Amino acid sequence: MKLEFSAADEAFRQEVRAFVAANLSDDIKRKVELGLRLEHEDYVTWFRKLESRGWITPGWPVEHGGPGWNHVQRYIFDEETLLGGAPRIIASGIQMLGPVLIAFGTEAQKKRYLADIRHSATWWAQGFSEPGAGSDLAAVRTTAVKGSDADGEHFIVNGHKVWTSYAQWCSMMFALVRTDPTAKAQEGISFLLIDMKSPGIDLRPIRMLEGGTDLNEVYLDNVRVPAENLVGELNNGWSYGKYLLGHERTGIAGIGSCKQQLARARTLAAQQGLGDDPLLRWRLAQFEIELMALEFTALRLLSANQKSRVPAVEASMLKVRGTELRQAIFELLVDIAGPNAVPFSAASQFLDGVAEGPAPVELGSLAANCLDSRKLSIYGGANEVQRNLIAKAFLAP
Amino acid sequence: MDFSLNDEHVALRDAVQRFCDGEYPAHQRGNLETPAVAATRWAGMAELGLLGLPFDPELGGSGQSAIELMLVAQEFGRSLGGGGWLSSVVLAGQLLAETGTPGQCSRWLPALASGELRLALAFGEADSRYDLAHVAATARMVNGAYRIDGRKTLVLDGDTADVIFVVARSAGAVHEPHGLTIFAVDAKAHGVHVQPFTTLDGRGAAHVNFDGVQVDADAIVGTAGEALPLLETAVDRAAAALCAEAAGAIEALLDLTAEHLRTRKQFGAPLAKFQVLQHRVADMLIALEQVKSMACAAAMAVDAGDVPQRRHIVSAAKALAGQLGRQVGLAGIQLHGAMGMTDECRAGHYAKRLLVINQLFGDAAHHLQRLASQPQC
Repeated sequence: MKLEFSAADEAFRQEVRAFVAANLSDDIKRKVELGLRLEHEDYVTWFRKLESRGWITPGWPVEHGGPGWNHVQRYIFDEETLLGGAPRIIASGIQMLGPVLIAFGTEAQKKRYLADIRHSATWWAQGFSEPGAGSDLAAVRTTAVKGSDADGEHFIVNGHKVWTSYAQWCSMMFALVRTDPTAKAQEGISFLLIDMKSPGIDLRPIRMLEGGTDLNEVYLDNVRVPAENLVGELNNGWSYGKYLLGHERTGIAGIGSCKQQLARARTLAAQQGLGDDPLLRWRLAQFEIELMALEFTALRLLSANQKSRVPAVEASMLKVRGTELRQAIFELLVDIAGPNAVPFSAASQFLDGVAEGPAPVELGSLAANCLDSRKLSIYGGANEVQRNLIAKAFLAP
Repeated sequence: MDFSLNDEHVALRDAVQRFCDGEYPAHQRGNLETPAVAATRWAGMAELGLLGLPFDPELGGSGQSAIELMLVAQEFGRSLGGGGWLSSVVLAGQLLAETGTPGQCSRWLPALASGELRLALAFGEADSRYDLAHVAATARMVNGAYRIDGRKTLVLDGDTADVIFVVARSAGAVHEPHGLTIFAVDAKAHGVHVQPFTTLDGRGAAHVNFDGVQVDADAIVGTAGEALPLLETAVDRAAAALCAEAAGAIEALLDLTAEHLRTRKQFGAPLAKFQVLQHRVADMLIALEQVKSMACAAAMAVDAGDVPQRRHIVSAAKALAGQLGRQVGLAGIQLHGAMGMTDECRAGHYAKRLLVINQLFGDAAHHLQRLASQPQC
């Protein structure tokens, strides 16, 4: 047991910090720190910087372009990039599809897609949720019927996907579709790669509480998908989906984000003249101990397993605690804003709109950020579902 | 940054667990110890090497660190056992080992390690709450000897200690950080009045009056007039160990609770099938992992010896263990239903220990305050 990071880890931390300082543009950094909207080109710009350094795919194996970091290095990377004001690696091609293709894709699929994911040339949409299948993902009803014609074997896909993040920036989608309607819920689902420019795809943005439109509905009407776009075996898509959701758990607790927001709270509190407010000091201290407990728990559970894949129950625990803590910190931010949390304008969500915003620059986005943070306990398996998993594993006879 | 246990750690933990399973039968955990039972257990702890764990081998110990003490404390937490160990070994014993003269150490530590001697640390007073500098008891030089007067309260294991380390003021006013001195006093010395009592969680303690107790200068443990940093270190060590005890107690209580939920049926189904109860258990499990992690961090911070870092992490750990421990303890009673309210059911005994753990060596509010008033580290 050792509380200090090794000299090599500290050197790595300095390396990441210096890289962020040298490569992150002031505009992007300011948007992240003020919780403002990031555009597609902001992400691409930053991701390509990371790519040029070999750091864009921390969770990928070395032979596919991963940096070969251990769990502590990955943890340090997450923390330093977020504290430095860099955008999170939100691309589902990098976070989700890449590991699935590496594990289950054909050589042709790997060759065709992986490099474009790394270079941010292709953005992938995640086509999992449907109006009737949220946390209960096995209830997907979008169908894919296999057939063949003069152009070869293909699937015809019909259905309706929803909550598809950033679909407006995506040229491809990976989706769970039902290929055997007679099989039990989890069986009969397949994992398909769908070109978003295919005829029959209709995209509708959903306007969210805080004014954002990054989530979409995707309607699929007789969309033709070449048979070679099937990943792995037919009717075995559920297990690939589970693999995907179980991957990339290192960052699941969002510790870097929590630290980023708590630092924001301290700065804003001082600016608002609340630096010596005893009740606020108490709350900040409470958040600090809860964050420390989360951080040490993540490091302990990772080191107990000595690898980046944390068993499902531990991952669920980190997800529940990390997301609820982050949400609570966002509530604290709203409290710090006081009456300034009330005025709202869509313009205040954009960097160039901030100056005319109704509230002081730093406060205009707090309430929107707080509302947006409610998604944390809903996506990736609602926290109630995580609690079911945690308890059932423990209470099993 | 490494939280993993090595093979020796695991072996120690397993040995202590076997000892506790034998000495503290599940249905008796938390019960008051009779003097005879307490003596047998104390001898057993000595035999296993637990009473000399952190001391030098030439003084009968095995030179282990706070990590090993944490592992032992966690098992004592699980079995509601180890009565007397915290006071003698963690609190007073380590204070002596760190600051005592070679003569003092060789006089008391081998005897402690072999189970012939018990120590206690008397630092609290009626008005001191958790302020270690609040000492009204006085030590005055009279004819070349010290004369100690004052009333010390809540001396853990003060009812059975052979030697009591008492904090008295040799200079300065009641709150001043300087002027404190620790004296080793024989519990049977003239003028020492021990009023034993039982704590909420069924353990021995005492209020101890010192009325004109005479000691020589060689009874001083550590530096005269500058005892506060020593005392703070000792109390931080005990607080860190209590975090580990809390982790063990929470773990055992969760096992008991799971067993109850699996077997107790209502509305035609085992309670474990009810989602509202499952979610409470999930939150208790998440609390457990956090307390375990903070207990590790606190032990490592105690070992590292960097004082600001130790204050910061021990305070965070103790505040969290206090809050979550009590929360889980009281939830454990609720999940046991009316049975949880009875003296027979062990759930309540774990709850009592967890409640007491929060109140000792600084409660959650005290440690939040200490953390908030420290510079960031």
